[in-house]
Amino acid sequence: MRLLTHNMLSSNIRGVVNGFPLRIEAGKVVEKNVEINGDFLKNMFVKIDWKAFVEASQSMGYTELPEEADSSMLDSDEFLNRFHHALLELHLEEGALVCPETGRRFPVSKGIPNMLLHEDEV
Amino acid sequence: MASYKELPKTAQIRLVSSHEEVYEPCDDSFALVDALLADRTKLLEHRPMLCMEIGCGSGYVITSLALILGQEGSGVNYIATDINPHAVRVTHETLEAHGVSAELIVTDIASGLEKRLAGLVDVMIVNPPYVPTPEDEVGAEGITASWAGGENGRSVIDRILPIADRLLSEKGWLYMVTLTANNPSEICLEMKKKGYASKIVVQRSTEEENLHIIKFWRDFDNEVDEINNQSTFMGSLLSQIPPFSFWRGNNGNDSDKNKC
Ligand SMILES: C[S@@+](CC[C@H](N)C(=O)[O-])C[C@H]1O[C@@H](n2cnc3c(N)ncnc32)[C@H](O)[C@@H]1O
Repeated sequence: MRLLTHNMLSSNIRGVVNGFPLRIEAGKVVEKNVEINGDFLKNMFVKIDWKAFVEASQSMGYTELPEEADSSMLDSDEFLNRFHHALLELHLEEGALVCPETGRRFPVSKGIPNMLLHEDEV
Repeated sequence: MASYKELPKTAQIRLVSSHEEVYEPCDDSFALVDALLADRTKLLEHRPMLCMEIGCGSGYVITSLALILGQEGSGVNYIATDINPHAVRVTHETLEAHGVSAELIVTDIASGLEKRLAGLVDVMIVNPPYVPTPEDEVGAEGITASWAGGENGRSVIDRILPIADRLLSEKGWLYMVTLTANNPSEICLEMKKKGYASKIVVQRSTEEENLHIIKFWRDFDNEVDEINNQSTFMGSLLSQIPPFSFWRGNNGNDSDKNKC
């Protein structure tokens, strides 16, 4: 699971009001190189919740992102490279996503999060 | 061999992984990929950023889409979900065997994504469980969930439509497989109420089923003549779809549903 996906995921348990962002428990993190595409990053930047993104990247051991970011930074190649790396190249391979409100753990195994709920959570 | 020189445009069956509890690519899967191929040029010009498949099964369709549209370097990212954990694992293997990737999530339709992914999906593809069955088979574990569609085969389809509406971007397109028994013309009318135009991209009749791959897109034109065009269009769409008839299957023949 990439941080792009993490940034789009919320806890889906019934009754949870503030299910975003899910806290990352990182077991195993892997890096996979992918080709950079500036247009994609620029378009995606406005959709990303930056604070959640920075916290998530830190919990995956990557600390090179600025705490705050605005769109003027997209002109910097250095910023784009870091944004690209954290958004698309870091993968949570093993671990869990934890609901910020209830503490319920959603397991991530072989890079795949399991968001299925138990009957009493739907 | 000559075919080795050509770039593969869709997933190759021999590279598609499998599992006894996972739906194998069938006529419906092939028809959906044929619809994507028929629209290939339009899809490339559409320049989607995020593409999503709901109910990815073996991964045959999302892999094909990734081969057609390209990967991150082309600015495209893919997300696929399935309620069956085996299916998501098999999809992962199928993607890997073709050297492409997608983000995979085990979830019910798009549960967990509905808030933050709203309005971001440019292309959505769905081959839903569409076979009319007793309601209690819907969403059952394993392979049953791949075809069990409840009354008129509409139970899961009717839950997917509002979620698709929520997730699709303004320019978003939805490609969905339907069976005549699902009453596709009614599905088109439902979607029209939500502001979507629709078109049959591929129609295919097999011995057992009559399949339509329908494409939906948001229709922003409110001009009078557009509405007129639209109603003629709906008229022609309705006449393209054979009258609503109930699916007549042999009872107890359910295990065949996974076989082509
Ligand atoms: C007809 S199969 C299609 C599989 C594959 N996309 C293909 O075309 O070959 C339907 C798939 O949808 C999945 N499915 C059924 N109900 C679902 C739900 N509520 N949420 C997500 N996936 C679901 C099934 O597990 C199955 O893999």
